[in-house]
Amino acid sequence: MSVQGFTPVPALAGGLLIGLAACLLLGLSGRVAGISGIFGRLPFSAAGNRLWRVSFLTGLLLGAWLLQALVPALHRQHFPSWALALSGLLVGYGTAMSGGCTSGHGVCGMARLSQRSLVATCVFLLSAILTTYAVRHLWRLGG
Amino acid sequence: MNWLRGRAALQSAASLLAGVTFGAGLQVGGMTDPQKVLAFLDLAGAWDPSLILVLGAAVAVALVGFRFILRRGAPLWADRFDLSSRLVIDLPLVLGAAIFGVGWGLAGYCPGPALAGLALGNEETWIFVPALLLGSALHHFTRRPPATH
Repeated sequence: MSVQGFTPVPALAGGLLIGLAACLLLGLSGRVAGISGIFGRLPFSAAGNRLWRVSFLTGLLLGAWLLQALVPALHRQHFPSWALALSGLLVGYGTAMSGGCTSGHGVCGMARLSQRSLVATCVFLLSAILTTYAVRHLWRLGG
Repeated sequence: MNWLRGRAALQSAASLLAGVTFGAGLQVGGMTDPQKVLAFLDLAGAWDPSLILVLGAAVAVALVGFRFILRRGAPLWADRFDLSSRLVIDLPLVLGAAIFGVGWGLAGYCPGPALAGLALGNEETWIFVPALLLGSALHHFTRRPPATH
């Protein structure tokens, strides 16, 4: 294992902002900044429960867009579409089943010292690491 | 009625502000780049620890912030905190997390960065995000209805 591409300062700054965002949403609206839930439940939420979701997600896109001048993106090429579709399905299904994702369980749940979130986070991290190993080193998919 | 509409407007403003901060954080931290995420998950390759620093910093800030916030008893612009009170570590939690992990480890996207990608001209997310929504809906329609007590 060789360490490459490590960007500690932006990583810390980014994490700080994410933590702050979670505090803002909880402190002002009383809600958990769990993206899988905010987005995933949007089609199924009652009328009064939609606007805040749309506002948050709009803000998310806006925030990323505004900062892209600072951190320009190098878009990956030639990743197979079927793998993107399969990933999306698995992420959508899995996060709905477990009730959270990296922000919901990984940030907010852990910040609340939730045992459920700690377990979920450990499981999805391990699962992802094993999957990446299999995909990159066993099947050599995507490059 | 005006008071209720004012409240709704405040909640929208709060959500928008939180969202912008969140999206900015993802972008600044490099988490909108699936290759950077995979570089962390790929322990056997050229390893990039950045993700764990992003997560660590976010949790640290939220941990401290949440303590102060929850102590107040109620949010500023809403009646109550909307928090899960579930305690049991059950099969859906663990299995769901495992499934999510497979999807994440395959393409390097979790929900937040994928949505952000829509605003960044990342064409991969045009496939990923609809699939995400479909997967979520699939669970919604096939799940056992939650037990009522």
